[in-house]
Amino acid sequence: MKFAIVVFPGSNCDQDCYHIAKDLLDCEAEYVWHHETDLKGADTVILPGGFAYGDYLRAGALARFSPVMDSVAKFAKDGGPVLGICNGFQVLLEAGLLPGAMRVNRGLRYVCRDVFLKVENVETPFTRLYEPGSVVKMPIGHMEGNYTAPPDVLDALAREKRIVFRYCDAKGAATDAANPNGAANGIAGICNAGGNVVGLMPHPDRCAEGLLGNDAGRKMFESVVSALAVR
Amino acid sequence: MITEELVREHNLSPEEYARIRKILGREPNLVELGIFSAMWSEHCSYKSSRVHLKTLPTSGPRVLQGPGENAGVVDIGDGLAVAFKMESHNHPSYIEPYQGAATGVGGILRDIFTMGARPLASLDSLRFGALSAPRMKHLVDGVVRGIAGYGNCIGIPTLGGETTFHPAYDGNILVNVMNVGLLAKDRIFRGRAEGAGNPVVYVGSKTGRDGIHGATMASEEFAGDETKQKRPTVQVGDPFTEKLLMEACLELFQTDAVVGIQDMGAAGLTSSSFEMAGRAGSGVEIDLSKVPVREEGMTPYEIMLSESQERMLLVARRDRLDEVLGIFHKWELDAVEIGKVTNSGRVVLFFGGKIVADLPAAPLSDEAPLYDRPRVAPTPAPPGKWVSEAEPSDYGDCLRRILASPNVAEKSWIWTQYDHMVQTNTVERPGGDAAIVRIKGTSKALAIKSDVNPFFCALDPYRGGAIAVAEAARSIACTGARPLAITDCLNFGSPEKPEVMGQFEAAVRGISDACRALEIPVVSGNVSFYNETDGRAIPPTPTIGMVGLLDDVEKRLRLPFRRDGDLVALLGTTRDELGGSEFLRTIRGRDDGPCPEVDLDAEHRLVELMVSLAQGGLLDSAHDVSDGGLAVALAECAMKKGMGAEIALEVGGVRPSAALFGESTGRVIVTYPPEAQAAVPAAAKKAGVPFAHIGRVGGPALRVAIGKKVFIDEKVAALAQIWTTAFAEAMEAADVL
Repeated sequence: MKFAIVVFPGSNCDQDCYHIAKDLLDCEAEYVWHHETDLKGADTVILPGGFAYGDYLRAGALARFSPVMDSVAKFAKDGGPVLGICNGFQVLLEAGLLPGAMRVNRGLRYVCRDVFLKVENVETPFTRLYEPGSVVKMPIGHMEGNYTAPPDVLDALAREKRIVFRYCDAKGAATDAANPNGAANGIAGICNAGGNVVGLMPHPDRCAEGLLGNDAGRKMFESVVSALAVR
Repeated sequence: MITEELVREHNLSPEEYARIRKILGREPNLVELGIFSAMWSEHCSYKSSRVHLKTLPTSGPRVLQGPGENAGVVDIGDGLAVAFKMESHNHPSYIEPYQGAATGVGGILRDIFTMGARPLASLDSLRFGALSAPRMKHLVDGVVRGIAGYGNCIGIPTLGGETTFHPAYDGNILVNVMNVGLLAKDRIFRGRAEGAGNPVVYVGSKTGRDGIHGATMASEEFAGDETKQKRPTVQVGDPFTEKLLMEACLELFQTDAVVGIQDMGAAGLTSSSFEMAGRAGSGVEIDLSKVPVREEGMTPYEIMLSESQERMLLVARRDRLDEVLGIFHKWELDAVEIGKVTNSGRVVLFFGGKIVADLPAAPLSDEAPLYDRPRVAPTPAPPGKWVSEAEPSDYGDCLRRILASPNVAEKSWIWTQYDHMVQTNTVERPGGDAAIVRIKGTSKALAIKSDVNPFFCALDPYRGGAIAVAEAARSIACTGARPLAITDCLNFGSPEKPEVMGQFEAAVRGISDACRALEIPVVSGNVSFYNETDGRAIPPTPTIGMVGLLDDVEKRLRLPFRRDGDLVALLGTTRDELGGSEFLRTIRGRDDGPCPEVDLDAEHRLVELMVSLAQGGLLDSAHDVSDGGLAVALAECAMKKGMGAEIALEVGGVRPSAALFGESTGRVIVTYPPEAQAAVPAAAKKAGVPFAHIGRVGGPALRVAIGKKVFIDEKVAALAQIWTTAFAEAMEAADVL
């Protein structure tokens, strides 16, 4: 089992993801520099958090032109599991691997804190170990997490059960007060039609060890390991 | 032709100019005058502070690098070391808060990764005026956004710090940023230009016309509406480029191709070239026409004095130059050979084939003016009106008001804007006594704290300086960590005023005495003078940044009450003191003295006790008693997890307001399970620390009695509601930003 972790020049959670794959899950892991096109035989691709190209323009807007993204698109098209976390999610949107776009948080500020999420789809390779409908706590850390898409896309996402995570309160109610950034329909994470490409704004990579006070995110990584073992 | 007016415009005194002529044996040209002006500015030369800084203890068994380099370095075992430093960016932040604060973060990060360390965590220590003062919310908002904008983008967590509000900072806010980085102890890089013939390489952003004479600006006070005219001297930050620079440097340090490296911080290319040559006793030749510039027509004067951000100067091994350039080019950064190291002892600058400056390297730093400026010893403030004032009628109301005051209220409005989790080392998030980051691959963690109570310093600079060190050490020890070393960031008014110089001398003496008593060396530091506007100086603000080491992160202590039925004890002595307290400021609207007493030997014993209690695993929680006094400290312990306590104090002759809200130093609240009810007092007794069992954890209320009379009886949830929302409400209130 091998993870490829894509490194844009401004990625800053690449080492955090590597640490989980290598040190916590005892899997193989390799960094793939954004100029490279070879995914090095990886079974899973992670687009980590950060500020891919400084993101002075719009988060992820330049990253989609990186040579590595053609390889990621091909890998995804062939059904390979791809996880975009935070900035990685923004890049997936800009690259068209997932629908929709991000706007600046409705509070107009960067927000770093814990939120609650309802796991709405456990059919993806990254969520299969979660209980359907369970409520998990994960941290967010972003300025642009206010997800938006045209009404027909939002309808399709809901209809096709492609909303993977939704912001909610501690009891699982998807209230507006529990929505930290104004995302449409409280969307925190979605997947593509095949379910193999998942993007989310919260950081499972920041809650994968008890020492850090929360390991609710670890299951996302364990899920894909188990999914590939099954396959 | 150098006129008297030009000399004055360069902020040099006639005596200093005479000294320049003596060193050179001739008149300097304009480029040379600019170089002297920058190198001899207060900011770069420490000309007014050096005689006092020399008295600080700087050595210890763990010190690998003391003051004088980009950052201090301390051994933490396992072949690892930490590099750390704190720096001010006060003047630029007042003029343009976002960029001023952002570039402050950028500057300190470069100091750390230049040493070969990967930055682990930042702390910021901020002082603002009253929130109601003109521009103040704009300044708070801009500074916080600036720190966030830079730190979040580059991916270095900001783990909090401290924020104080007082009208004394209305005209001069303070932005002090500390960073701590991790490195292998045998791979420390220093700013030395060694090996004649080795290439001098310029890397990073292109040089522009921004920030010219920024160091000189930081060495003057503000007058009237001058902030408008000074705008062009504030630099603009580019965290993305800094991220590239950081990763490229850290990759480069894995090779043996680098001889020396230095950040182009204050006074840019001038200070980096002269200091690198000066430290190594060598010389350098630089061709300024090779320096990458942002616009055409830049003069040698502008190139030497620009403070454009995200630039480094390094000396490579001649035979490894291609490797060095290759790494920077991989990160898409400019990297150009602009000169070479010589044995001449001189810095010779060329431009367009001509020599434009030829100066001796060492004298610019070694023979910089050194002033033992006249000073008036400060008179410690006498006891104020509180001594004979009637006691308040409602202590619960006092507690609620203090919890809502901007100085005490919870500051999550600030730290949720900082990415405090990136790098996944944050074991304790902001809001505890000290930040805690684990060291991956070991069982260790670092505890990091920045601290000073400027109100105490204003009342008595000596005690204020000593208390700052003692309180930082106590906070570190309240996590179970052992204090290792400090960095200081000394913010004062104009050194040309004897009163200010007297404050400075006293505060440094206080720091020095505390460091000796607690056996904590000073390994790096920074001085910021001229924090005055229209002749009004800030209170003395010697910020202390301290790093402590936890050998086993699992044995760390936490702040909140954790278990129903736990016993609560107060360690240390409560005196009849209200001077300098938040109680007086918030409830009485005054800054009465005197400054609380400090017993440094008692502080040392308390630190040792906390470390040993943590190692013995006896405690469930620990919290330092500081701003707001015992009642606020108890409330903080209670509010975090919504768990109350029944407290009964025996206070002797101490008045109730002082027992509850006085800020006597050297005190810690601890809780422990009933099984430890013999062991904890025994340990305290053995350590020589006063111990008092004061109550029990449990219930929804915080009830505090003195003797049999209940003085405070408040629902913890209601207190928490006030404490957690007051600051955000004050900031978001609809009056102007």
